[in-house]
Amino acid sequence: MLALKDIRKSFGPIEVLHGVDLEVRAGEVHALLGENGAGKSTLMKIVSGIIQPSAGTITIDGKDRRFANYDEAIAAGVGIVFQEFSLIPYLTAVENMFLAREITNAFGLLDRRAMRRRAEEILKKLEVDLPLDVPIARLSVAEQQFVEIAKALSLDARILVLDEPTATLTPSETEHLFKVMRELRAAGVAIVFISHHLDEIFEICDRITVLRDGEYVGSTPVADVTTDQLVEMMVGRRIENSFPPKPDSDPAAPVVLEVTELQLRRGGPVSSFQLRAGEILGFAGLVGSGRTETVLSMLGEYPASRCKLRVDGTERRLRDPADGLMHGIGLLPESRKEQGLITSFSILQNVSLNNYGKYRRGHWFIDFKKERACTETAMDQVRVKAQGPAARVDTLSGGNQQKVVIARWLNHQMRVLIFDEPTRGIDVGAKAEIYQLMRDFTAQGFAIIMISSELPEVIGMADRVCVFRSGGIVATVEGAAITSEEIMTHATTGKVHHVA
Amino acid sequence: MSHDANIGAPAKGRARQSALDWLFHSPLALPLVGLIVVSILMAFASDNFFTVNNILNVLRQVSVVGILAVGMTFVILTGGIDLSVGAVMALAGTIAAGLMVNMGLHGGIGLLAAVGVGVGLGLFNGALVAWGKMPAIIVTLATMGIARGLGLIYSGGYPISGLPGWVSWFGVGRVGIVPVPVIIMVVVYALAWVLLQRTAFGRHVYAIGGNETAARLSGVRTRLVKLAVFGISGLTASIAAIVLTGRLMSGQPNAGVGFELDAIAAVVLGGTAIAGGRGLILGTLIGAVLLGILNNGLNLMGINPYMQDVIKGLIILLAIYIGREWR
Repeated sequence: MLALKDIRKSFGPIEVLHGVDLEVRAGEVHALLGENGAGKSTLMKIVSGIIQPSAGTITIDGKDRRFANYDEAIAAGVGIVFQEFSLIPYLTAVENMFLAREITNAFGLLDRRAMRRRAEEILKKLEVDLPLDVPIARLSVAEQQFVEIAKALSLDARILVLDEPTATLTPSETEHLFKVMRELRAAGVAIVFISHHLDEIFEICDRITVLRDGEYVGSTPVADVTTDQLVEMMVGRRIENSFPPKPDSDPAAPVVLEVTELQLRRGGPVSSFQLRAGEILGFAGLVGSGRTETVLSMLGEYPASRCKLRVDGTERRLRDPADGLMHGIGLLPESRKEQGLITSFSILQNVSLNNYGKYRRGHWFIDFKKERACTETAMDQVRVKAQGPAARVDTLSGGNQQKVVIARWLNHQMRVLIFDEPTRGIDVGAKAEIYQLMRDFTAQGFAIIMISSELPEVIGMADRVCVFRSGGIVATVEGAAITSEEIMTHATTGKVHHVA
Repeated sequence: MSHDANIGAPAKGRARQSALDWLFHSPLALPLVGLIVVSILMAFASDNFFTVNNILNVLRQVSVVGILAVGMTFVILTGGIDLSVGAVMALAGTIAAGLMVNMGLHGGIGLLAAVGVGVGLGLFNGALVAWGKMPAIIVTLATMGIARGLGLIYSGGYPISGLPGWVSWFGVGRVGIVPVPVIIMVVVYALAWVLLQRTAFGRHVYAIGGNETAARLSGVRTRLVKLAVFGISGLTASIAAIVLTGRLMSGQPNAGVGFELDAIAAVVLGGTAIAGGRGLILGTLIGAVLLGILNNGLNLMGINPYMQDVIKGLIILLAIYIGREWR
């Protein structure tokens, strides 16, 4: 029904899709698989006309199609439910379904009854029962998703794309969604299903297409593959050797930080882990698996339902990152610009932001000479390339900006550094430098938690790896067991224990 | 000072720059140009403008709003706003006068009470904004109503007069030829400059306006800093109250209506970004003086007071429009 042939897409000089094929038949659920950044979302944006391919053809029912925009794709029968819903929270389900194409009566006024009737018809077909008269915001995530699906169907969608629909659903809600999907399949709708949960794919899908780094890896019926084969198709065999050698781990090293009990959401899984001096502990898992929320909870920045931790064996409660600083725990946030840097400040002002205890004159005043000297030392240590400490940080490259955020923590008696996606958006050379810095730090006795969505990075850097899935740690692997296959298997199929 | 410590100003990529270059890139550039242009225009319009007496007079006239604008600068630099300063000032002055006149307490206690009222209400605002996570504009709007109402209740709506004579020193006294309110204003600005440019607290104020999330994640106690800036705004409101009470020689519950808007105008005319993070306290002083010169000049020219408001409004719009892309 839907066939994509040799789709390529470049953003500027960088090609992100290198000739991808996808064929979806009427009345099947087709899984689209791949790691974070494999190109799934880009491909789906092409299918729905949001972006245009640089090369390749799209055919629907054997006819060549080119969509200039989303509306044209809708007219051709494509419906898409994004990860981030596009519903207006204060409108009701009916109002949302008919947004911008409201049915009006002879006087140009809204024909509420006709819209409601149509909405009821569609939801009845889906066998979904949900309140139609309350704002969407009061519905559960699953119900909102059904509204999105109903909206697509009200537009006569025959090709339905579901982008990670189960990411935020409970198991019973997922079951309900699958039931709806089976009905749609029986009605001849072609469904593209994106999910990272392999068990779900085996449960609901008929065929699978795998992408890796923007390349088409292959398509196969679900019945013909095993989990192991799928994981291998997804991660492939990649060699990266920009990583410094891992030192021998020291099992006698003291535990500097121990999380004994951490539950992000009520009813979710409870995690625990230990962090030893001199080690890099990797936090692996798919986007949205709770890694960032876990570290933010430790620092009192995210309202976890339970969080107990010990620093050097003593139970502590950190109310905010300032408490973390006092206990020697520092965070390099995920997003440099939004969470890491004060972009209107100079390097010096950024580095010394949380350091003023160190250079004071007459108790109250900043000792500018000492501040400058300390900043220059820290900049040397992390090898920031800039005109000088007075340069504005927004004139620096991504790698140098990241080093400035790192330098901020070096003036302290820190023991634990948490690196959240330390090399995102950084060029290869700077990446290697940051890896080397991390090893330098562990050699000095720092303990590091590294959150990363890039598997090669986790494998190349981490001494031990906690694998997250659905809000909790499902496995901890170390030594030779740290392989792509092992991590991806846990991240996609690991058992999650829900605790009330 | 071999390096640039002015953190509201753009940081420099080069170690040495010419004075002209610095001025051009400084956020003070536009306010200064505005001040000079308006002064020249006024000098042409009125012979009396450029006399020592008139200039000291202008400074004395701007002192109350000028002092309020100091606290306002702290609050705006963090990305907040404080609409309550005019009403808080009136309440502080009324209570100070009431304690001295009606209760017969020592004047010093009255002045301390004024400071207590100002700082107390400022901290009240700050606590609600920082811990209550409520928007500053709404919190301080509510406090404005509360403070105004309390002042009217306390005084029954009438000015409280009959203050001891020495109180007038704060409002109309002179040291040499310099009016005391001007001295107080200059001292307040000097202290604010030290606080903003020479202490860690000052850096944290700018950091919160620049990127609150980043500041908090790096370990800055952002809630305490926010509490403090509103406390400072309350403090400057009470200092303004003392000056105003000395000038009026009475506690006036209806004083200072709309002064918060003049203070905000002074801050913004002084080149401080309304979203926070950028701006200099010296700019606020220039902004306040600029407003004062406009008032004074338009008066000297004998322009209808209703028309004066229109002209001032248009000039503020023009200044913001020009300053929009400037940096």
